[in-house]
Formats: sequence, C-alpha cells, structure tokens
Amino acid sequence: MSEFSLAPLLFYLIAAITVVSAGGVAFSRSIVYSAFSLMGTLLGAAGLYVMLAADFVAVIQVLIYVGGILVLTLFAVMLTHRIADVRISNRSVGGLPALLIIAFVGLVMGRAVLGANWHVADISNPPVPTTYAIGNGFLTDYVLPFELASVVLLAALIGAVVLSRKELR
Amino acid sequence: MTIGLNHYLIVSLLVFLLGLYCVLTRRNAIGILMGVELVLNSANINYLAFAHFGSANYDGQIFAIFVIMLAAAEAAIGLAIVLGIYQTFDTIDVEATETLRG
Repeated sequence: MSEFSLAPLLFYLIAAITVVSAGGVAFSRSIVYSAFSLMGTLLGAAGLYVMLAADFVAVIQVLIYVGGILVLTLFAVMLTHRIADVRISNRSVGGLPALLIIAFVGLVMGRAVLGANWHVADISNPPVPTTYAIGNGFLTDYVLPFELASVVLLAALIGAVVLSRKELR
Repeated sequence: MTIGLNHYLIVSLLVFLLGLYCVLTRRNAIGILMGVELVLNSANINYLAFAHFGSANYDGQIFAIFVIMLAAAEAAIGLAIVLGIYQTFDTIDVEATETLRG
C-alpha cells in the first residue's frame, strides 16, 4: 500500500481555495461578493507561500495585502456602492470575446509553462526561517531598490492625499 | 505524487487568467483594480515557486516583497482616483467616463 502523504492533499486544498475564490472575484454579480472572494484568494495565496517555505512573505501578505489593501478596497466599495448597480449588466468587453481571449492566452501560456524544461535546482530549500536572510538582502544586495521603494511609497502617500483633497472654490 | 514546480505554475496561471477576465469584463472601476490584484498575486506565486525550486538564495522572496509593496502603493492611488471619479460623475461605471471620446 503506497504511503499516504498529507502534503499533496494540503496543496490541492489550498490551491482549490485560491482558484475558486479567484473565480468568485471574476464571476460574481455583486462587487461586494467579489471583494470578499478576493480575501479568500489572498489568504489562499498566503497558504501557498507557506508551502513554498516563504514564511516571512506569507506573513507580509496577510498583514499588508489582506489587512491593508483589501480593507482599503472594501472601504472604497462601501463608499461607492449603489444598490441599483446590481441589476446593470456588468459587461464591458462582452462575455464571449473575453472568454476567447482568455482561452487563447491560457493555451499559449500553458503550453509554455508545461513544455519548458525548467532548470530545477538539486538543492532542496528546507523550511528555515527566512526573515534574517531577507533582511540581510535588503541592506546589502538590494539596498538601492529598497531606498527607491521608500521614495515610491512616499510619492504614493503624498499623491493619495493630494488626489482626495477637496478643492477650495 | 510530489508537488513540483509545474503545479504552482498552473495555479498561478489560473489566477492570472481569472484576473485578466476581471480586467476585461468589469465595468466597475474597483472590479478592474481587483483583477489587477489577482494578476499581481499570480506573479508573486511564480516568483516564490521559482525561488523555492530553482535557486538556492532568497532573491525571489525579496522581489515578492517588492511586488506586495508596489501593489499597496498602486491600490492606494487607484482607489483615490476612483473616489475622485465618484465625486465627479456620481458613478464608478467606467463607461460613464468617456467624456473625451469625440
């Protein structure tokens, strides 16, 4: 009897949560349902990051993506939601052309992904804590993108404040 | 069957396609931004899968953190713009913002 391992089952469960929630984001009629399905997708992605031995990135994903970006999106949805919008058709390009584009792009990319001979390293990365290595990398190899990221965040902060200011007439 | 690199790439491909469908078909501006978030998450899954299976260092994880940071900046600015549109047009239907079309 083949040995039963829990890891593939866990992967399929978390991957199913992620993909089904992404389907909920794409195909929901109401924008509020889409926002909550996005939460499911982001949490599923965090679970996938844990399975990829990226513990720090998984925690950052939950803290910033779910706790920051998703909450901000929910605020915006609640501030701009109108009950009458639910019945308006939600199609901009149209359902069928979009599905054709998706199928074509999916076939091309799927063929590239599955047909490529990816160079899988022989080194297996054991799940060690990554915080120290990432912090080291930020301050030695990647210090320039790190500083530029701070400038980008400052610009985004100032820009958001300027954009949402009421004009004094 | 051990979970390999291809499994994670297929998962990220599916999330990418669903995000692309969101961007193409949604009329709600916030719906389009949610599609962009799905695309960014699929790129993150790719980065981390290649960092785990294909390299011995943590460069992929550092780039994933950069992607999350840029997504936060873009979401903040995008939602500020959406709220500005809502104050001007009283709707966030992107087909109502075609005032420059001749």
